[in-house]
Amino acid sequence: MEIFQANDIVKEYVGHVALSSVSISVKEASIFGLLGPNGAGKTTLIRIINQITAPDSGELFFDGRRMKANDIYQIGYLPEERGLYKKMKVGEQALYLAQLKGMSKKDALKSLKYWFEKFEIQAWWGKKVEELSKGMAQKVQFITTVIHQPKLLIFDEPFSGFDPINANLLKNEILELKKKGTTIIFSTHNMSSVEEICDHIALINQSKKILDGQIDEVKERFKSNTFEITYKGESDNLQEKLGSHFDILDHDTDSHLKQLKVKFLNGNSNNDLLKILMTQFEIVSFKETIPSMNDVFIRVVEENNRETK
Amino acid sequence: MNKSILILKREYLTRVKKKSFIIMTLLVPVMMAALSILPAYLATMDDKEERTIAVYDPTSLVLDRMESNKFTKYHYIPKQEYDALSRNFKSGKYYAVLYIPENILTTNRAEIISDKQVTFDIKNQITNRIENIIEGEKKKQIIAEIGVPDLEKKLAATKTNITVDTIKLGEEGKAVRSSTEMAMIIGYIAGFIIYMFVFIYGMMVMRGIMEEKQNRIVEVIISSVKPFQLLFGKIVGIGLVGLTQIAIWIILAFGIAAGVSTFAGAKAPQAAAQAQSIMAGPQMEQLAASSPEAHNKVVEVIGMIGNLNIVFIVFALMFYFICGFILYASLLGAIGSAVDSDEDAQQMIFPVTMPLIFSIIILFAVAKNPEGPLAFWTSIIPLTSPVTMMVRIPFGIPVWQIILSMVLLLATIFGTIWMAGKIYRTGILMYGKKVNLKEIVKWLFYKN
Repeated sequence: MEIFQANDIVKEYVGHVALSSVSISVKEASIFGLLGPNGAGKTTLIRIINQITAPDSGELFFDGRRMKANDIYQIGYLPEERGLYKKMKVGEQALYLAQLKGMSKKDALKSLKYWFEKFEIQAWWGKKVEELSKGMAQKVQFITTVIHQPKLLIFDEPFSGFDPINANLLKNEILELKKKGTTIIFSTHNMSSVEEICDHIALINQSKKILDGQIDEVKERFKSNTFEITYKGESDNLQEKLGSHFDILDHDTDSHLKQLKVKFLNGNSNNDLLKILMTQFEIVSFKETIPSMNDVFIRVVEENNRETK
Repeated sequence: MNKSILILKREYLTRVKKKSFIIMTLLVPVMMAALSILPAYLATMDDKEERTIAVYDPTSLVLDRMESNKFTKYHYIPKQEYDALSRNFKSGKYYAVLYIPENILTTNRAEIISDKQVTFDIKNQITNRIENIIEGEKKKQIIAEIGVPDLEKKLAATKTNITVDTIKLGEEGKAVRSSTEMAMIIGYIAGFIIYMFVFIYGMMVMRGIMEEKQNRIVEVIISSVKPFQLLFGKIVGIGLVGLTQIAIWIILAFGIAAGVSTFAGAKAPQAAAQAQSIMAGPQMEQLAASSPEAHNKVVEVIGMIGNLNIVFIVFALMFYFICGFILYASLLGAIGSAVDSDEDAQQMIFPVTMPLIFSIIILFAVAKNPEGPLAFWTSIIPLTSPVTMMVRIPFGIPVWQIILSMVLLLATIFGTIWMAGKIYRTGILMYGKKVNLKEIVKWLFYKN
């Protein structure tokens, strides 16, 4: 079931189009990656979901019905540009932000206690924010984002500013929240983290959505039918033996274990290739080259930019 | 609405709990009190030194008529001693020697001889006294020459002091004693208070908004509340901080005044008179000396303040403070939301606050002539009216002018709030863009 849906969202600012007819649909209890280069319109879309700005046209659905004003209490948002009141105490501030999200003081205190214990930061409660390091402040921000148990969480570049240990902690928290049924929209430029945690992605470029789908399905779509083979032994005139169905892209015979990259030219099966190769040498490994999200991102965006030029 | 109150509470409490606020709020009245009481107190303290002044008076005019007091004694000396002293001053134990020459009645000159400069007070005291004596002596001679009986008494009776009472006719033909001076002082103070608070607290709103923008917390907050709620909560919260400070100052002022008058008791008027005489010189001393008359004056002044319609003035003060504050807070708030850095803000503050600064520059002119065209127009035009109208109100001005001024001010406030809301909504999310006025005007027409 879809927890959130945006249909044909259009947003124009004076002089430029931020979003032109963008639609996304986010399944419940999944992690949705919202990707795109800087200035593509991601932040505008996120602000529209958060009701910070309203779209010029298009429809928004939340939990199966049209989005209402107080749906924002079901949303938690960690913006890319984020901060806290420097002069305010950590606990006071977390309480204030939780109350702004519609929690009662009592519930907020209880919930904050749970999270502060979980992150082992109870000692920070009475400290001023200016005394915290950037990473520490980010933890507090994370807590204030999830404190009201929203159905939908939006993270914009959540890992920036975290050291690897804390980034890992955060990643695990996000996965745990997903397990508990929370839906997460995740916007980042860090493609390896997209691959790690996202179920579904949408790619926005120049205010248009240019790619959308399940992450493995997207990769499948962009794979180039290339295989990497590692083998032992000698092989001469390999291209001749493989015939016209296969194209050797790369052949590295310098070391003991030799590397071979082969591209399928038409609908041959893997076994056809294996049959030929098995007669030549001993195969150590055989794997299909799947493009990384990074490759997909660069390829799709560059192609799109060329087309629109 | 609920959220606005939550924001308001935070804005209010974080500022009121600040050390700087508490110190300022408590210290300023104490310092003001100290500044007004200290000179008077010091005046009673000083000059406890005992001094003996030798008087050589060959004319016998002042003989035994210099009044010694607790600390200054006069000692009359014969010629030999005077001669000895003028040769060697140190030989005597006198602070100074007063010499009255034989021809004082024609030259009007006397001499004080000392090895150091005599104090201003002593010199004054002696001069005044001799003046009195010589004047009396001259009068006596003339009276004796003319030979009219009781002339001295008759002449004394001609001494006149004219008091012009200003009487204001109220609506029901009720005559009310009023005081132009009092109206001017109250108007001046009220205008200045409004200027100061509007400026200080308007800037506080601007800085608060800039802080939220620079801290990057604003986007988190407006994902929970509407930008307008945030702006509203901030302006009202900071306005209440201002009102709190004014209220505490008023209470403390009354408290200190009451405390001083009970503790100092009878000493206070004397101290005040002395303080006045220090500032105003010898003439005031004589004026203040006639104690019962001064007391009557105080009663009169209090009566006149009562006649000034205090309730209405306080109401107007509150109205113009609140409206003036909201007017400038929304304008300065809009600036705070539009700019990224303090330097950018500095450039835009001046054009916005110019009318306010103008109104304080013309404050004195308005107080001097509250009926003139300058006073009239600046008290009607909303950007200057909070200050200038407040100066005019104690003088009693036509009701239609007050109503017109208030209505225009309210209408303008709605305009500026609307404008500030629009600019604010766009501005707080705009980073890294150098904004100018043209850009800001464009924001007014953005859809949401």
